[in-house]
Amino acid sequence: MTVGIHAFGAYIPKARLQREVMARAYSWFNPSLASLGQGERAIANWDEDALTMAVEAARNALTPEQYTQIDGLYLASTSLPFQDRQNAGIAAEAMHLGNDLHTMDITGSQRAGTSALLTALQIAVGNQRNTLVIGGEKRQTKASSPLQLTSGDGGAALLVGPGEGVATLVGYATQSVDFVDHYRGQNQPFDYVWEERWVRDEGFLKIVPSAVRQALSNAHVAAAEIDHFCFPSPARRVADMLAKTLGISDSAVRDNLQGRTGETGSIHALLMLAHALEEATPGQLILIAGFGQGCDALLFRTTDQIVTRGPMKDVKQLLSAGYQDDNYHRYLAINDLVTIEQGLRAEVDKQTGLTTLYRNREMLLGLIGGRCEACDTLQYPKSNLCVNPDCGALNTQVAHSFSNMPCKVNSYTADRLTYSPDPPAYYGMVQFDEGGRAMLDFTDIFSDSELSVGQAMRLMFRVKDYDVTRGFRRYFWKAVPIDNAFDNNGKP
Amino acid sequence: MAKGIRDKVAILGMGCSKFGERWNDNAEDLMVESFSEALKDAGIEKDQIEAAWFSTAIEEQHVGKSGIPLAMALRLPYIPVTRVENFCASGSEAFRGAVYAVASGAADIALALGVEKLKDTGYGGLPQRSRGGLNDMYWSNMSAPGSFAQLASAYQAKHRVSKQDLKQAMAHISVKSHDNGAKNPKAHLRKPITEEQVLNAPMIAEPLGLFDCCGVSDGSACAIVTTPDIAAALGKKDLITVKALQLAVSNGTEVQHNSWDGSYFMTTRAASKRAYQEAGIDKPRTAIDLLEVHDCFSVTELVTMEDLYISPEGEAINDVRDGFYDSDGKVPCQIDGGLKCFGHPIGASGLRMLYEIYLQMQGRAGDRQRAHDPVLGLTHNLGGFPHQNVCSVVIVGQQGA
Repeated sequence: MTVGIHAFGAYIPKARLQREVMARAYSWFNPSLASLGQGERAIANWDEDALTMAVEAARNALTPEQYTQIDGLYLASTSLPFQDRQNAGIAAEAMHLGNDLHTMDITGSQRAGTSALLTALQIAVGNQRNTLVIGGEKRQTKASSPLQLTSGDGGAALLVGPGEGVATLVGYATQSVDFVDHYRGQNQPFDYVWEERWVRDEGFLKIVPSAVRQALSNAHVAAAEIDHFCFPSPARRVADMLAKTLGISDSAVRDNLQGRTGETGSIHALLMLAHALEEATPGQLILIAGFGQGCDALLFRTTDQIVTRGPMKDVKQLLSAGYQDDNYHRYLAINDLVTIEQGLRAEVDKQTGLTTLYRNREMLLGLIGGRCEACDTLQYPKSNLCVNPDCGALNTQVAHSFSNMPCKVNSYTADRLTYSPDPPAYYGMVQFDEGGRAMLDFTDIFSDSELSVGQAMRLMFRVKDYDVTRGFRRYFWKAVPIDNAFDNNGKP
Repeated sequence: MAKGIRDKVAILGMGCSKFGERWNDNAEDLMVESFSEALKDAGIEKDQIEAAWFSTAIEEQHVGKSGIPLAMALRLPYIPVTRVENFCASGSEAFRGAVYAVASGAADIALALGVEKLKDTGYGGLPQRSRGGLNDMYWSNMSAPGSFAQLASAYQAKHRVSKQDLKQAMAHISVKSHDNGAKNPKAHLRKPITEEQVLNAPMIAEPLGLFDCCGVSDGSACAIVTTPDIAAALGKKDLITVKALQLAVSNGTEVQHNSWDGSYFMTTRAASKRAYQEAGIDKPRTAIDLLEVHDCFSVTELVTMEDLYISPEGEAINDVRDGFYDSDGKVPCQIDGGLKCFGHPIGASGLRMLYEIYLQMQGRAGDRQRAHDPVLGLTHNLGGFPHQNVCSVVIVGQQGA
């Protein structure tokens, strides 16, 4: 049974924190951080988490038709928002994939991403099912820790299923070894990390070659034939050393994106794979390896379809169109790494009625509104009586999805009175080109943005509120200004 | 159309507490303060009042629910007391209840009293609170200034007005209200300000700066109403009667349908049209002598001048700059300082507006008194947000006008 990757994409948050600023802030405590103080890392906005970034990666990957072909959804991450409420189910609701769906969270190790991909491929082989593998990572890191500089936030998505696709699976291997290079215990926010020289010599350089050799052997492929080698470790020269050990050519070793995004944890191998697929030509061999208490090694060969079927939004554009952020204090504040005076307005109770949420889940998570079958007026939310003053028909509305519709700003403000973790709070009336409107929060407004009436916007799935008392968070859709460089693959 | 309320009910007495940061008073103290003045003004005994309407909007911050707090504070003799809440139109809503009771013959004399005790939150501005279980899950993270501020961006886009011109007209509005408030001993804010101060003030919600926003105050106001015949029998002369009572409430068109451009109030246009019809007014710009409008923010007052059909659409900026609405202008607006400076204890505000017009029509407005006593006056309240609100328009005037 031939199985392959049918769609791929990534999401990288727009803000890129400058490492030089981070290293300088804590050089008084740890001067060796200076050696990591180059380039930039992607940082999630305050209203993004592993789940929202995974959803956005999927939206960047899939064509509208592909949404209807999905049988399963696996969400990979080690920084999922809920420990007991299936996170993949929230993502499925956001993308309105329906209830006939096999959903699962895959977590607990830095190879969660590759393990999710491997499992989905095995399901495709065995059951001929299409599975959307998505992942996101937003790790909590301590100030002055090397991990805070080398890690990054982001998401990736791959649709796998029967058929050759854009890249066909030609072999794989997986090995389990309880090698604890780092760990994060229950109720612990931060990683506990062991000496990196040991991790390199006994971990990367011994465990990875073993799995990769087995995968190559299974595929009857020689290491020298590999065109793209994706190895996600931020540690310097490790991928080069692995290539040398394995006999992979130097030129096949891909950029680990350390200078641009940082290592996006358990999904970084998938992010690098999406990037490699975008740059690959037909007939090329791509090897990815995921490391974490063992190793997954997967080998793909691109097909002719790779030329015509790229992602909806280019990974290259996502990588290059960032906002250079040098506000390290803001990063610390929005990640709860400093205690900030939020003011009394922040104390409003954010309890969510779970009955209310369940009853309105399509409206809230999927941004499903109504279309009146009598007059065709689109409206959000869906209601019993049509809002069109010339219609007003009863019980005529059918579900209509607003999340991918083009829209524009009708009115807006920047509010410094209301509580926001990142003031001012931008919001305004957003009007959909095909009809319908809503007063929505805006997000990803950076200091170089200029809002105006008529400005084109698009919608993103984001965290609406954090209920810190109960550990719950609410999700909803927000409007983001369309940035030509970021959103239209560079085309105006 | 129904015949309406015109001249069926007269104001017998009114009272208003000092507005402001009444740190040492409870809501009950404020209620007694305004009621005592009104009872004395009406010249009746408390037990002649047969029914009462009690307005307060953010009751969880002070008195709690129901009509009981009013009955207890005033020791009312087991008469009907109805508590009403309709956002910032609550005070006008209480007045409507009392006036309708008298007009229907259900009560000879009725009381409308509003109160709000807001300065117990620990911070400036209105209390931040839930907007309802489902609303909290999808409404934008908006404050009152942030929702009204959007009038500015939409108004600029529609009428092709520069940011500077609009901001300057808004500044004129605030300076004018501070000048008026300075002459009002019951006002919360009594310091004149300059246009420069307004333009350089810290930003609250773009483009509204600190001085574009009204005060948040503690206070109470009330009215005692009866029929013109009973008022005359009680010896009252030069009666002030109710000419129109209108209310318009958003049905979702503004927030859900693309027919509204965000630059004006659909509710105010609907309510004012009906009010002029009810009062028999054809040309409001020349007929109305005095305006007390819901100037929660300077930009609200500006667009309201058009929505009340006083300024032609798109030309309020010119009228404002020409001083048309100043205290010595053709139609003074907020001659008592308005919400901006008299203050805005929500449940009392509609009644406070009537109080000023009532004083002006009787020549009792002290330093603020117009040279010629006004004949017809209009009060206007807006509750909620421009895209989803309650609007009240009340017209009162000299009997027979």
